[in-house]
Amino acid sequence: MTTKELEKFALEIRLATVECIKSRGFGHIGGSLSVCDALAVLYGDIMNVDPKNPAKPDRDKFVSSKGHAGPAVYATLALKGYFPKEQLLTLNQPGTNFPSHCDMNKTPGVDMTTGSLGQGTSEAVGLALGDKLQGRNCTTYLMVGDGEANEGQVWEAAMFTAAKKLTNLVWLIDWNKKQLDGYVSDILEPFDFEEKFRAFGFDACTIDGNDVAQLKEALSKKATDKPIAIILDTVKGKGVTEVEEAAGNHSMNVGAEVFDGWIEEIKGKLAALEA
Amino acid sequence: MKIVYNGEKDSRQFKNVIGETVEALLKADDKVVWLDADLMGCSGTNKIKDDRVINCGIAEANMAGIAAGLSAAGMKPYAHTFGPFASRRCYDQVFLAAGYAKNPITMIGTDPGITAAFNGGTHMPFEDVALYRALPEATIFDITDVPMLEAALKMAKDMPGVKYIRVPRKDSYQVYEDGAEFTPGKAVVLREGKDGVIVASGIMVHEALQAAEKLAKDGIEMAVIDPITIKPLDVETIRAYAEKTGLVVVAENHNYIGGLTSAVQDAVCGMALKFGYVAVEDKFGEVGPVDYLRTQYDLTDDHIVKVVKGLK
Ligand SMILES: Cc1ncc(C[n+]2csc(CCOP(=O)(O)OP(=O)(O)O)c2C)c(N)n1
Ligand SMILES: [Mg+2]
Repeated sequence: MTTKELEKFALEIRLATVECIKSRGFGHIGGSLSVCDALAVLYGDIMNVDPKNPAKPDRDKFVSSKGHAGPAVYATLALKGYFPKEQLLTLNQPGTNFPSHCDMNKTPGVDMTTGSLGQGTSEAVGLALGDKLQGRNCTTYLMVGDGEANEGQVWEAAMFTAAKKLTNLVWLIDWNKKQLDGYVSDILEPFDFEEKFRAFGFDACTIDGNDVAQLKEALSKKATDKPIAIILDTVKGKGVTEVEEAAGNHSMNVGAEVFDGWIEEIKGKLAALEA
Repeated sequence: MKIVYNGEKDSRQFKNVIGETVEALLKADDKVVWLDADLMGCSGTNKIKDDRVINCGIAEANMAGIAAGLSAAGMKPYAHTFGPFASRRCYDQVFLAAGYAKNPITMIGTDPGITAAFNGGTHMPFEDVALYRALPEATIFDITDVPMLEAALKMAKDMPGVKYIRVPRKDSYQVYEDGAEFTPGKAVVLREGKDGVIVASGIMVHEALQAAEKLAKDGIEMAVIDPITIKPLDVETIRAYAEKTGLVVVAENHNYIGGLTSAVQDAVCGMALKFGYVAVEDKFGEVGPVDYLRTQYDLTDDHIVKVVKGLK
């Protein structure tokens, strides 16, 4: 896809994400919006997947270890044609296949069940290792929250990834600076993620994680002898001004008319892009 | 003990009560420490300005180990996160560093069982009580209402061993009078009845009282008992009512395996009586509104009525 096409896809994902959360009236909007650009590039350009055959063993895989980004993942999968888009409007309704947190047994196209922060990292290691041991030529992409990186398990999985030279696993850190109670640096200062990953044995870089061109370039790189870790410098709530600016934007509960305003903002950007 | 239950929702939210009670405890005792795991907004402690309120980040196992260390250093730590993470996620740390090493700590797990609602199956502990029951010398409070929460938080401070307090974040129905005092291991009889006894804890106390009311209309007089602590369990009181009435039904917001149902079964083992339960049938959690989940897992007053009538 061209940069413009990827930008459009990212906006469409944002739009469907907000519509999905609007259907329930509340949800994890901040951390969903920050990863839309990465999802657009992964599913739009990088990953070898087949919506008609979601379980194809040698597909590339995606694990959102920050399981609460479910709405953005579901929006992406719907737009890719894994299931009808209307189904997004059943988020968290009784009997839904679209729960707050990603569930591989419920949603077609979701590769791993997550929600207990930290755990998706080891699960992704297992997926990548399993593919490697079975001689499959495919890659697993792992999205980790910057708050989530408080968990020791994240670093156990990181150490394993590099120590075992698991180059078919690409780590993405959504460095959106915020977690649930506030700023990551106020709660548990992570210092320099890039340096940390480098010290753990990764080939690490930091890019603008809300810039599809930079994402495409970084994700197109093939790992050599070290696994790749990409620190995504992002904005929590990216793409909806009010959400970006809200102090508490982890999970928001607002009226339908407020959601409509957010939807209009995204639609305006889509129209401007197409003009 | 005065029972003030009238079937109406309390206007107070549990999380605000936690915040206010903890603030008072911090003032009253300079050994008190509150640890949280990026859920201070959910425990109502985010507004407290005190060096002894510490956000450990999303690192529950580390937090539990730190709590044990603080305890060894002479402090009185409380540590909060959601129920699954206050039990499963840090069980070995709580078990060894606090329990086995005899460093008293208090773990608070919010949104137990179906009250995890929109956070779904990954966040819905039906097994936390089972884990804490298997921890020697632990005390387990399944919180029924605001006065019980306040009392449990205060009591836990100077109690030995590991204390586990499971409590929703939001609504409750007041059962006990404000300022009520409780004794661990001492149940409270909420309602007398000659035809059987319902032993219920936490959010199921309200359902049990509603069920008893409905059953009374049909001429079935059920006693209702709140054990206050699931461990230690007031075996004496439960056995006395089992003996007197010959029919026991347990109601809990938890898997029937390992929780209050199992505890009561252990208590009445060997007695000739009819036994039933209203609890989760060994299933995982799922996402949805609490009212939907209540019917999905049959944790309702009507189901209690059905189980009691089925045994009659
Ligand atoms: C083990 C665990 N502890 C706590 C939570 C509750 N929780 C859900 S999201 C969140 C904050 C996550 O912050 P971050 O990883 O930075 O995510 P993002 O900013 O991308 O939303 C917390 C504490 C959880 N889901 N799992
Ligand atoms: Mg974050």
